Amino acid sequence: MDASIALVAIWPFAAALLAPWVHRFAKPFGGWVLALVPGGIFLFLLTLIDPVLATGSVSARIAWVPAYDLDLSFFVDGLSLIFALTISGIGTLVVLYAGAYLKGHPHLGRFFGFLLAFMGAMLGLVLADNMLALFMFWELTSVTSFLLIGFDHTRMAARRGAIQALVITNIGGMALLVGVLLVHQMTGVWDLSASGDEVRGTALYGSVLGCFLLAAFTKSAQVPFHFWLPNAMEAPTPVSAFLHSATMVQAGVYLLARTMPWLGGTAAWTWILVCFGGATLIWGALGALRQTDLKQMLAQTTIASLGLSVLLLGLGSTYAVSAVVIYFVAHALYKAALFMVVGAVDHEAGTRDVTVLSGLADRMPVTFIGAALASLAMIGLPLTLGYYAKEEMYLGLLAWRWDDIVVLAVLVAGNATLAGVAMLVMVKPFLGPTLPTPKALHEAPIAMLAGPIILGAAGIVAAVMPDWLGQTVLQPGASAILATPVESHLSLTINPANPLIWLSVLTWVLGLLVYRKMATLRTLLRRLETGLGWTADTVFDALMFGLIGFSAAVTRFLHHGKLEIYLVTVFAALALALIVPMALLGGYAVLLPTSDLGNWSAKLAWPQLTIYEWGVVALALVGLVAVVLAPSRLIAIVALGIQGAAVALIFLLFGAPDLAFTQFMVEVLSVVILALVMTRLRLDERDHRELEDLARDGMLALVCGVGVSLLLMVVLSGDLDTRLSELFIATSVPIAHGANIVNVILVDYRGFDTLGEISVVMGAGMAITALLRRRKAVA
Amino acid sequence: MNTIIFRTMAPLIVAIMLVFAVYICLRGHNEPGGGFIGGLIAASAIAILGMANGAEATRRALRFDPLSIAGFGVFIAGLSGLASLFTGSPFMTSIWLYLELGETVVPLSTPMVFDIGVFLVVFGTISAISLGLEADGGEAS
Repeated sequence: MDASIALVAIWPFAAALLAPWVHRFAKPFGGWVLALVPGGIFLFLLTLIDPVLATGSVSARIAWVPAYDLDLSFFVDGLSLIFALTISGIGTLVVLYAGAYLKGHPHLGRFFGFLLAFMGAMLGLVLADNMLALFMFWELTSVTSFLLIGFDHTRMAARRGAIQALVITNIGGMALLVGVLLVHQMTGVWDLSASGDEVRGTALYGSVLGCFLLAAFTKSAQVPFHFWLPNAMEAPTPVSAFLHSATMVQAGVYLLARTMPWLGGTAAWTWILVCFGGATLIWGALGALRQTDLKQMLAQTTIASLGLSVLLLGLGSTYAVSAVVIYFVAHALYKAALFMVVGAVDHEAGTRDVTVLSGLADRMPVTFIGAALASLAMIGLPLTLGYYAKEEMYLGLLAWRWDDIVVLAVLVAGNATLAGVAMLVMVKPFLGPTLPTPKALHEAPIAMLAGPIILGAAGIVAAVMPDWLGQTVLQPGASAILATPVESHLSLTINPANPLIWLSVLTWVLGLLVYRKMATLRTLLRRLETGLGWTADTVFDALMFGLIGFSAAVTRFLHHGKLEIYLVTVFAALALALIVPMALLGGYAVLLPTSDLGNWSAKLAWPQLTIYEWGVVALALVGLVAVVLAPSRLIAIVALGIQGAAVALIFLLFGAPDLAFTQFMVEVLSVVILALVMTRLRLDERDHRELEDLARDGMLALVCGVGVSLLLMVVLSGDLDTRLSELFIATSVPIAHGANIVNVILVDYRGFDTLGEISVVMGAGMAITALLRRRKAVA
Repeated sequence: MNTIIFRTMAPLIVAIMLVFAVYICLRGHNEPGGGFIGGLIAASAIAILGMANGAEATRRALRFDPLSIAGFGVFIAGLSGLASLFTGSPFMTSIWLYLELGETVVPLSTPMVFDIGVFLVVFGTISAISLGLEADGGEAS
């Protein structure tokens, strides 16, 4: 049992890597073969139902980073099992569907790979117990979603939608990481299942809540982050059916449900979730009315449904949570089915504009059956899952307090609008007089029909067995969210004395009204939208372009291309770094004469140097003066070489032959390279410099020189810690087999440093070569 | 700069410098020298050859692109560190091998391979830069 749960999340990734080859060899049945992967996972997950029902949860852990005591832990309870079954079940049908929908597409193999990788990420997300693993899978869903939305990457709109989705969901991802780390700091555990009530009592509760809510709201497209979801509809329809209705966008809802036992129940939780959820519900519902594109219409209703789920989680009552569980399943089934229907219509008829489609039912009867089954569930008629969801959500609000009534009104209005849209999707394209379509119409292939029919039928079959539904779906799911056992009370009987049924009737009547007045409402809303002038979408664009402009400005400011200013900046920084910390921290105090020194000027003496040592010092001075006074650039370079050679001689005389050797070679090469560069530039023989430039550069040079000298004097005045040198001297010959300690240090004691350094040297060489080539190309 | 004396003497000087560079590199473990200095000497030799014969001729004489030589240097330096992993010791633990050839003993070791890697990196990089500058021609040409 243990490792197999982890395999559920890992197996799709392996399949994703193989998908392009499988597709190539199994053409045209690639979809059928690859659907075996999610299908098998679905069947495996079914076997977990009994253990989860019996014990409440099943968990597994494998060592991840043993050094940090970090386990890759997985956890299956009612909530995760419902999500995982939905993901793998719908995933199977979507893979089948995609094989037919994108038949003949040159990149279909790649598409299968992305789709399966997403499935692995999503399964990992809902099964993960370790919060870091949760974050990892969370981000993987964002990345795979990016790849899938931008699948048709030659289109501008697809690229834009992909980037927008990635940016928005990644803001949430970062918030999730912060939240996870905060929770770990408080509780000391990485496991979600082990995090407890202590989070709610701490001062940081607000920050944690904010982080998790930001993550959930961006992922689940809540107002004001809703705008990425409609733009994500640029993805091929199988993606919209899978990611952007049934699974990925529900990840936010999942996160809220999962953390509710230790984050929920506070006034802040209730108010924020109810307000944002309600706003999203109404906004999405109105947005759906505005559209004529069937796919966009469904996308907007998805936003509304997500808002509804968030609102219900905010209420947090037993009824509301039961409703969330049933609504999640009902919504996933009918919305995925409807997307597949719209995709089939688009595929066969060549358009998905609701105003020009009519009478398709004659030619596409099976598609129509699928659409009808799904739409009935969306309307929430009895004998569908949608009905139970609606009943449950109204049930918790029958106390008739003022705030309950407001929420109830929002729910009824939202549900009614969704019902109206459902009626439109079912009736308008399929019934009525037949209108000509851009493509010759015929029924969709079986792989594209399986999805809508099976999902639509599942929504009905589950509903006619209320006892089974209550015990295997509602009870474990709601118990997991609330962390207390919940009893199911679903039943098929309808009691006319209960106000509940009349609320449902009111919803349907209002829905019918919305359906009849759709055209009027659409015109009205569109006029409002144009009157408003801006949308969240335009704000996003303005922010993104502002960011690009800002980074360009920063780059231009720092990277101006004036070598002189670069050098002045570097040396000014060096001077500050040399002098300021030493002066502030009192480092120069050791250099000041103390009182017991007496008459210090009498003790001054010339250093004891031999005649040739004086000669070398004189040579260095001559070189220095010559550099400053040189009449031409070439002379200055050579004089610099003389000065460097004199320094190398000093090294040689004072016992550092290796250093002297290197210094000699560096000086020689500097002269050669500088001469090569300078003699080939078309410049005057000598620079003409303004007096202030001379003063500035001279000043900088002097300060840097004095700074380095003082630093060395301070270093030499203290005691040197010679432990390391003594160790090297003692061990160089016996252990490292080398008499030249400098070299032994370079290649043996500190060989790892040297490895890094030579890599840097090579990198610098590559950069310089690239720059030289570029100059040649420009010239 | 391109006098006939210089062009005649250059190959001789370069040959001596290159041999000396190898000598400096190999003796570095016990006496002043090492891969870094050896590489610099060899690179100076290449710079001189480039001045005398032109960058193109020098590139042809080198046979390999100088940057490839540098890359190869990093590669064998890294590889010399990996060798110790096969003996179960940590990365870059040195391994010594004393070959007895008649009367002389030739010590071979992974630090020596590493030092040769350093030699090649310095040699390749500096040669690439100086040859690149020489071939560039500058704005004057």
